[in-house]
Amino acid sequence: MGLFDRHAGLLEAYRDVRTTGYDPFQIQMERVLSPTEAIINGRKTLLVGTNNYFGLTFDQSCMDAAIEAIRSEGTGTTGSRIANGSYTEHVLLEQEVAEFYGKKHCMVFTTGYQVNLGVISTLAGEGDHLLIDADSHASIYDACKMTQAEVVRFKHNEPASLEARLRRLGDRPGNRVVVLEGIYSMLGDSAPLREFIDVCKKYGAYVIVDEAHSLGALGETGRGLCESTGVIDDCHFIVGTFSKTLGAIGGYCVSDDPDFDILRVTVRSYMFTASLPPSIVASVRQALKVVKARPELRTQLWANVATLYEGLAAKGFKLGPEHGPVVGVHLPDPMVAIGFWRAMLDAGIYVNVAVPPATPNGVSLLRCSVCAVHTKEQLEHMIEVMAGIGRQLGVLGDRTLRVVGGAR
Amino acid sequence: MESVLRTAHQMIVETDGMTDTLELPRVSGQSRGEVIREICHHLAPFQSGERPITGDTVIAKDLTIDSLAIMDMVMELEDHFDISIPMNVVAEIHTVDQLADTIQKLCARR
Repeated sequence: MGLFDRHAGLLEAYRDVRTTGYDPFQIQMERVLSPTEAIINGRKTLLVGTNNYFGLTFDQSCMDAAIEAIRSEGTGTTGSRIANGSYTEHVLLEQEVAEFYGKKHCMVFTTGYQVNLGVISTLAGEGDHLLIDADSHASIYDACKMTQAEVVRFKHNEPASLEARLRRLGDRPGNRVVVLEGIYSMLGDSAPLREFIDVCKKYGAYVIVDEAHSLGALGETGRGLCESTGVIDDCHFIVGTFSKTLGAIGGYCVSDDPDFDILRVTVRSYMFTASLPPSIVASVRQALKVVKARPELRTQLWANVATLYEGLAAKGFKLGPEHGPVVGVHLPDPMVAIGFWRAMLDAGIYVNVAVPPATPNGVSLLRCSVCAVHTKEQLEHMIEVMAGIGRQLGVLGDRTLRVVGGAR
Repeated sequence: MESVLRTAHQMIVETDGMTDTLELPRVSGQSRGEVIREICHHLAPFQSGERPITGDTVIAKDLTIDSLAIMDMVMELEDHFDISIPMNVVAEIHTVDQLADTIQKLCARR
């Protein structure tokens, strides 16, 4: 048996995708011009699929901080924190993120993926019970493969489904650890966090909330869903990423647990990988300052979300259940989704295409992510382009109304 | 309406015939027949061709169902029987019979 034989089905599907033209999973940005524009296939393209929610990748103060850090401390740390030691800036970043959340402790990681992989699989160990939302991110599922705990899924965003599973555990020994996300990355919907927290309290379960897509976007000061729902103190661990709103890479975990620091010598994805380079640490520290100092970016993000969501809804598209920095557009099947995606790229607009098995319930989606610095004109242009393609492909119009009618 | 539902009903009837001849033991109020019937009900939409779903059916191979849909089906079965089947246990299950064994075992422990 060949090494890739087990992937035969996927290979075939991937081949089908590529016959449509561009490979959506290997797009090359020939030149990035700004948070909202890049040259792709030789053409200036509007970017609406980059998770760059505040547009901070080109923020002058963040770029200056990164350049200055490279000049003073070099390009990389060439090793892990436990082996090579920490730079002062790593420690300062951890203090600042902890302060931001009003928590006592913080650990920063080299990617957000590594936070979930390491923290979740370490916190829930042999004899424990790990309960995850069915629509969890791949990093959470991968943590489930690494943990010795028993893992059970509950229905997406349904506190009653979680409660049934906690109840069934009865008086069996072991900790209960529940993992939730602030905003889910495919459809942009938020968890009913307060209701989930009530269930967790009733059964004495620990709560980990991933604010990857909600940092900056939600809450009065941008701390995420834990802040907008008023439950920061009830979240035992809050994790997130520096790679979206903060425009760089890396991840964090904050907590008030007095023994938190034991994670530094138990979480393997922290211990056995190189730490963040000085330039990243510097730009993230600055980006966090920008998030605190410029709440108008959050206001602008939500105004743009409303423009795109309401505009697409008015054209008749079936969208995710609520306004969110991620706007998921439902399409009838993977081939239509890929055809639609390609037509948009030809028209100079880049979004993400998401098809099974990467999507919940086998749906096919165009996944748009909104940026605070998108202009109204850019988004209105996109809505018109999408409506045109939608009509051409028969996704919109009388025929489609029957298929997706009453979607919202 | 009748024609839309026909395949699923037909299959359940066929499956009933098969399981009834096997005289399987009742465990904690869940007969083998009831468990198999419920599993087949959830697998019916993924039936491939004319081949009926039986105890020997290898779920991931003989049906047009992906890993995520299998996990979603398990979640429905969990709620129907009021049990939880951990993901690592699901990973070891290949056939309809093995899934039924697991459900009966967990129901008995309930």
